[in-house]
Amino acid sequence: MTKPQWNNGLVRWIDDRMPIFTLMHHELVDYPTPKNFNYWWNFGSLAGIVLVIMIVTGIFLAMSYTPHVDYAFESVERIVRDVNYGWLLRYLHMNGGSIFFIVVYIHLFRGLYYGSYKAPRELLWILGVLIIIVMMATAFMGYVLPWGQMSFWAATVITNLFSAVPVFGEAIVTWLWGGFSVDNPTLNRFFSFHYLLPFVLFALVFLHLWALHVHKSNNPLGIDVKGPQDTIPFSPYYTIKDLFGLGVLMVFYLFFVFFAPDFFGEPDNYIKADPLVTPTHIVPEWYFLPYYAILRAIPDKLGGVVAMFGSILILLILPWLDRSKVRSARFRPIYKQFFWILVVDCFVLGWIGAKPPEGIYITIGRIATAYYFLHFLVIIPLISMVERPKPLPESISTAVTKGGAAVKEAT
Amino acid sequence: MTDTATTAAQASGPDETRRDFLLMATSAVGAVGVALACWPFIDSMNPSADVLALSSTGVDLSAIEEGQSITVVWRGKPVFIRHRTPEEIETAGAAPMDDLIDPQADTDRVLKPEWLIMIGICTHLGCIPLGQKVGDPRGDFDGWFCPCHGSHYDTSGRIRKGPAPRNMAIPPYEFTDETTIKIG
Repeated sequence: MTKPQWNNGLVRWIDDRMPIFTLMHHELVDYPTPKNFNYWWNFGSLAGIVLVIMIVTGIFLAMSYTPHVDYAFESVERIVRDVNYGWLLRYLHMNGGSIFFIVVYIHLFRGLYYGSYKAPRELLWILGVLIIIVMMATAFMGYVLPWGQMSFWAATVITNLFSAVPVFGEAIVTWLWGGFSVDNPTLNRFFSFHYLLPFVLFALVFLHLWALHVHKSNNPLGIDVKGPQDTIPFSPYYTIKDLFGLGVLMVFYLFFVFFAPDFFGEPDNYIKADPLVTPTHIVPEWYFLPYYAILRAIPDKLGGVVAMFGSILILLILPWLDRSKVRSARFRPIYKQFFWILVVDCFVLGWIGAKPPEGIYITIGRIATAYYFLHFLVIIPLISMVERPKPLPESISTAVTKGGAAVKEAT
Repeated sequence: MTDTATTAAQASGPDETRRDFLLMATSAVGAVGVALACWPFIDSMNPSADVLALSSTGVDLSAIEEGQSITVVWRGKPVFIRHRTPEEIETAGAAPMDDLIDPQADTDRVLKPEWLIMIGICTHLGCIPLGQKVGDPRGDFDGWFCPCHGSHYDTSGRIRKGPAPRNMAIPPYEFTDETTIKIG
């Protein structure tokens, strides 16, 4: 890579003392990217943009929000009714949470399908899983802030998960609450953490990108880049493709913001929190439903909590559970089928999570939970031993420019 | 000055263990200091003095008819008070210990058998079980039913079925006279 020449004197002066412009040029413009990305590769940059939207709208919402049990609910209503464009800020933020999870879940399953977690990208994958965990904590605490019925009972149920910890459980929960029930101290600290964690997320995203830029992106073929003929510079090719994807996402996102702002929400959250009445049917936000189903599938308190946290933590060791050297599911006929079964299983878990814990739903929930863990702990290691992958193409160029010069060279 | 020169000259000699020791000792003291400094921050999240200030709640039971329940608030938590019917007392007493998830005799859970007083919080994940109002679902054991994750409690507030691990808790209380109690 050649060092870029800067025409502007000030830019040259700064770059000479701290080569930030050169760095940005190398990482965002020259940055060699496999030339065969499909649209599933849009979701990483989309997630980054949604994070920025969430931080910006959140900072402005915090200017009008009061973290106190007597005022929180009213202050959110005031934001929507009286604050200039408060409705827009709130609905962007509220729906932004759901959009964030949609984008990140697609990004995650992209990684699962194309084997992006495999060597040498294990650390990149682990950082991604950490990002999802911090995202969940942030989303949960943000959901508590409007102090509606769902907020309050979500806070009660989720903090009580920690009471399953042997011996110290009760002390931990009292410590989390700052009292003997979810109350004002709880709301105050949740607000504090909800403001802090997005910046932790930002730092993790930076590390995620750093790790990405060492071994560079995986690609739909899952084979390594062999040379410059396999890549194109990130800018303008992928900046423009990412911008196009952003346009499509914004149409989807803003549809909900403007036309169905409460689509992802629960009506009960427009009732102010009442510590003496649990709503008859409490459900978490849709992005937590599969975990909630797993929690309820196990008829033991500690076991349920362990399984629920385990369902996400298991992704951390996935790079070592899957022994297959072939990354992309395109060349893994058996893995590909089980990948889609896992996708269906996750939707089933999500559906069960929204249902009351009775009758047939319990049975289905247990089967789906068992299958989820079976997929990672048994099926994946077994497939990687018995599967015969299809032959891999010589290089990205060979596969992409069929019948071209590169093919002749290869044969 | 001479010390410095000597140390440098003996960098690979026996002095290295002394340096290692000093380094480790200093690090250990530093680590302990940092850990100690963390405590005020962690402890600041525990219940504060005003929250801890013990409050007790007095309740007059004379207005509660047999078969009726009321809910009072003690330390921000709901307390269920049920004036049990003789049938309820009998089923609670007759339940075989082997059937209980958290075995406890009904007589150990009440001061007077007709008054069941307990913290109305599901021991699973903290929801408020249903069964206080007429018409509420009361579960398979005719006591209380938690709608969140389906825990069934019997007429003694003991967990019989579902994910909750323990019986509903009994708060400290005493009868100040025949029909008045003080909780806390």
